[in-house]
Amino acid sequence: MTPAITVSDLRKSYGQVEALRGVSFEIAEGEVFGLLGPNGAGKTTTVEVLEGYRQRDGGSVSVLGADPQQAGGDWRQRIGIVLQSSAMYPNLTVDEHVRVFAGYYSRPRDPVEVIELVGLDEKRSARVKTLSGGQKRRLDLALGLVGDPELIFLDEPTTGFDPQARRAAWDMIRSLRQLGKTVLLTTHYLDEAEQLSDRVAVLREGQIVALGPPSELAGARVATEVRYRLDGREVVVETREPTKLLHELTGQALAEGKELESLEVRRPTLEEIYLSLTGDDE
Amino acid sequence: MSELMHELRTEQLLFWRSRELAFFTFLLPIIFFVLLGSVYGTDRIDHVKGSSYLLAGMLGYGVVATAFAGLAITLVVRRESGVLKRLRGTPLPAWAYVGGVLGSTIVVYAIEAVALIVLSKALFGVPFPDRILSLVLTLLLGALAFAAMGIGLTAVVRSAEGSSAVVNAIYLPMAFIAGAFFSPHAFPQFLRTIADVLPLTYFIRLVRDVLLRGEQVWSQPEAVIVIAAWGAFGALVALKRFRWEPREA
Repeated sequence: MTPAITVSDLRKSYGQVEALRGVSFEIAEGEVFGLLGPNGAGKTTTVEVLEGYRQRDGGSVSVLGADPQQAGGDWRQRIGIVLQSSAMYPNLTVDEHVRVFAGYYSRPRDPVEVIELVGLDEKRSARVKTLSGGQKRRLDLALGLVGDPELIFLDEPTTGFDPQARRAAWDMIRSLRQLGKTVLLTTHYLDEAEQLSDRVAVLREGQIVALGPPSELAGARVATEVRYRLDGREVVVETREPTKLLHELTGQALAEGKELESLEVRRPTLEEIYLSLTGDDE
Repeated sequence: MSELMHELRTEQLLFWRSRELAFFTFLLPIIFFVLLGSVYGTDRIDHVKGSSYLLAGMLGYGVVATAFAGLAITLVVRRESGVLKRLRGTPLPAWAYVGGVLGSTIVVYAIEAVALIVLSKALFGVPFPDRILSLVLTLLLGALAFAAMGIGLTAVVRSAEGSSAVVNAIYLPMAFIAGAFFSPHAFPQFLRTIADVLPLTYFIRLVRDVLLRGEQVWSQPEAVIVIAAWGAFGALVALKRFRWEPREA
């Protein structure tokens, strides 16, 4: 299968500042790919090069088989963009917005259906200036989806959401995967990347420092932690062979007739890996 | 073409839905016409009836309010809020967007011109114009030229907050000096010198010639050339400097 996105040695500078210093990755069709990193790591620059907003200084980029710098209207028919900021017309209603944007595409989805999908049915006739931040963000998503794109860019889609709204947005993004859409998601929320992405790239200072499925990122980098209480003392052991260690520990405890209280085997969270990758100084 | 019509409809919806914009660019010239007309509508200015003279001035004020000021402020606000950037991410071609915006501006100005002409007849008994074709061409020339200047102006306005201030500081004195509200004959020499280079001066003069003196637009090449040259200058700045993305990005 040809990849939806191929990025090879992508470079971009703003004046003296090197925002991207040789970034390479591929995204398969139908994959949800998370681009993770602290503010200023180069996430938005990467995405904006892929969306055709920025000219690259070096490297090669292919998005749905075309170079975004040269691609035209036919290419834009096939992609959906949700930018970081919610830019809209304050005096139009939700319904009018979605219809206006549906008119920009040759085969749009039904606006009514898209509004339902993002959970704004009850706000259909409300003017945008009366919506909450979370509701505007959902409308953003609706505007990105109404053209029925194959590939969707989501730049920090849930920033500023309360936990409930965030869960709802996650369900929505998961439903995109079920529809076979390719999704490039940027986020600085680790749990979001972990929950949604098939694979994650961690960006730091314009370079990818880790790339793989969230579970493998965890396995490769940091030891598993085994924690228990013995004779009233808290014991923490780090190991790269948790099976062997557990067998020894439990065998010994059984032989001595003791209980390993509060026994806990914990793989490091993505957050811990992320912090170890991006440096604690940030 | 369907993209153009879609954008034209969208722009019309946006214009009339925005009360502030509709008031300042559409209603204000009509209000000034009624107010000033009741002050000196029955006087005689430059050998014509005051209300006829004022009608030409208000058609000039209307074109700068709608096509120049209103358009510039709207586009700066849309640029700085990120709306233009978002539109660039859709398949809507740039020509269809600009065409829709210009078309909508012309529609608004056309309605305004008709409203002013009908009001002038109803309130002050000004006869309907007889050089219709010349008048339509004149107003169209003015609308396009000032719209081009308005789009060019967006290049030098940096923030949405400052856009009204900058635009008002340019177009209100221009309307005053060009004689949109009063006859400039009593103006001191330095104001008349400034007036001599302003495009609005030539536009109002052209409208007066066509509307009040029965001239044809093509018999006034000097005014047409000055207006078109200013329009071309605006279009050149717009082509070189127009930005779709916010300044701070």
